Amino acid sequence: MKIAVCIKQVPDTEARLRVRKDGRWVEEEDLPFVINESDNYALEEALAIAEQRGGEVVVISLGPARVKDALRKALALGAKRAIHLADAAFDGGDAAATARALAAVIEREGCDLVLTGSQSDDAGWGSTGSIVAGHLDWPHAWLVMGLEVEDGGSAKVTREMESGMNEVFRLQLPAVIEVQAGINHPRYASLKGIMQAKRKPIDTPTPAEIGLSADGVGAAGSKIEVLDVAFPSSGEGAEMIEGDAAAMVATLVEKLQREARVL
Amino acid sequence: MSRTVWILLQLRDGKLHRMAREAITAGQALATAVGGRASAVIVGHETDAASQEAAAFDLDAVWVADDAKLAAYTPGAFVGTLVQAVRGAEVAPDYLVAPHTYQSVDFVPRLGQQLDAAVVPEAVSFEAADDGMVFRRPIMGGKLQARVRTRGEGLAVVTVQSGAFSASDATAGSADVRALSIDFSTVAADREILGVEQVGGDQVDLSKADIVVAVGRGVGGEDKMQPIHDLAEALGADIGASRPVIDNGWLPRDRQIGSSGQTVAPKLYVAAGISGAIQHLVGMKSASCVVAINKDASAPIFSVAQYGLVGDLHEILPVLTEAVKAAKAS
Ligand SMILES: Cc1cc2nc3c(=O)[nH]c(=O)nc-3n(C[C@H](O)[C@H](O)[C@H](O)COP(=O)(O)OP(=O)(O)OC[C@H]3O[C@@H](n4cnc5c(N)ncnc54)[C@H](O)[C@@H]3O)c2cc1C
Repeated sequence: MKIAVCIKQVPDTEARLRVRKDGRWVEEEDLPFVINESDNYALEEALAIAEQRGGEVVVISLGPARVKDALRKALALGAKRAIHLADAAFDGGDAAATARALAAVIEREGCDLVLTGSQSDDAGWGSTGSIVAGHLDWPHAWLVMGLEVEDGGSAKVTREMESGMNEVFRLQLPAVIEVQAGINHPRYASLKGIMQAKRKPIDTPTPAEIGLSADGVGAAGSKIEVLDVAFPSSGEGAEMIEGDAAAMVATLVEKLQREARVL
Repeated sequence: MSRTVWILLQLRDGKLHRMAREAITAGQALATAVGGRASAVIVGHETDAASQEAAAFDLDAVWVADDAKLAAYTPGAFVGTLVQAVRGAEVAPDYLVAPHTYQSVDFVPRLGQQLDAAVVPEAVSFEAADDGMVFRRPIMGGKLQARVRTRGEGLAVVTVQSGAFSASDATAGSADVRALSIDFSTVAADREILGVEQVGGDQVDLSKADIVVAVGRGVGGEDKMQPIHDLAEALGADIGASRPVIDNGWLPRDRQIGSSGQTVAPKLYVAAGISGAIQHLVGMKSASCVVAINKDASAPIFSVAQYGLVGDLHEILPVLTEAVKAAKAS
């Protein structure tokens, strides 16, 4: 079974964000990047399926040179090969443009199953995997909390619904499964894995090499343009209590007793 | 040129979903902003009650696709139906508006792809600009907001975030209920539904908790949870958590608060080390008094808190626990 996992490299959620000078995105200089949280779970799910049923995992990512680190990490965890859509033409795309490129790579690879995270922690489109499936004309499922590949080319899928309920259904493979964080317990890379990853291949095809024109991908191929990003106006936010821990706590307890009357 | 907005209404147990009403408000407002009219679209089976509900709003029409194939939601059948509806429409829509529910996010992007539309997920507001509409949406887990514009004249598909528009602001009126003409022989489900299950079996019910101490990823690990337990005990509180705490196995799944977990409405909610992503906020925004403790002064949790303390929770919580004990003793 050949499984492709699409991962995205995103700013660490712990990182302090600044708006870039041109106002259109966050400043990426000095920003720590990590593999998107739900993508980590997608990768683990793929590695576990490949181990159980035999097969290989190919990891795919779109983004600038820094994305190599995320791909190396995925290779260290057990992916066999990586494909890096690093050409500048791929940059700045919306979910539709990114998905078009990913679908073209997957088509070229010929995969039995594609796993992605459900949503990125940066742009948060929550759409990329579903659009990939649309291009491939495969079934898909978003927010998957359980996946069981079955003999005979189907999969049993558990999908999260609102308010603590799950829906269970079966779909036919090949399919795109968009994994939700918490589906499994992602492994850590071993020293051996990290050493081996250095020798594993990372392929960097251009748009033309995956059969797309440069104006069909990236910013040029997008229908959505980000005008600017900003910290939301805090509005009537919290009353901020100042001081050292002891002073803050003293003020807080007094307010909880006298003002809010909840203590 | 007059613009047409279609509002895709989600049903729940044969009635309009709570967020479908919010989508009506959003769709009506969008229609006004673009100088056009809104209609509603209902896809499902045994839809009479829901279409009557929708007909009581100021809409051009309530378009209905009703077929046994649509009784259970599947993206295959819903996308197949809606693609036909849009392509065969007397007046083609310029905008599709849907509530940002887990069902919408499952099929709306694919619908957009099939219709070659621009997809704008999770809009919280919009404004008219010279060359079209500008939508505001959260990015970076709600820490920032982006203003995005759709390029070109084509169809745009927008999902609106929970709570961004108020259901009670929808304008009442009266609309005709009309059947969409759909060839259901070409509409097919792409999932075989097996059932619905409760996550994690027996649930701790937090919905009636009086006081909740909620812990987030900022606590730093399973071995660092003691101050949370101590404060909860001092306050007589139940413990809740954000999703990463559960995903990492630091607390069981039935402690999760948010869109995928429980909804709470305590009189006091202490959020420690929680950034305040929308999926968490929807589960606790009805709390009467929220105290947020976070080392990052710009964390979005402070925008829903009544009192904010910036600092390390591991320094603040032990002091708070002692102060609560002292206050209760006196
Ligand atoms: C479809 C979907 C459904 C989801 N459902 C839910 C849900 O039901 N519930 C839910 O909670 N989330 C849910 N999420 C996840 C949600 O988007 C956020 O990722 C999550 O709520 C973040 O949790 P957090 O605030 O604990 O972690 P983070 O966002 O990582 O925030 C940690 C915070 O801790 C602070 N911090 C760090 N160290 C300290 C310290 N020593 N002292 C004080 N503060 C500190 C940091 O400044 C930061 O603000 C869902 C996501 C998706 C896509």
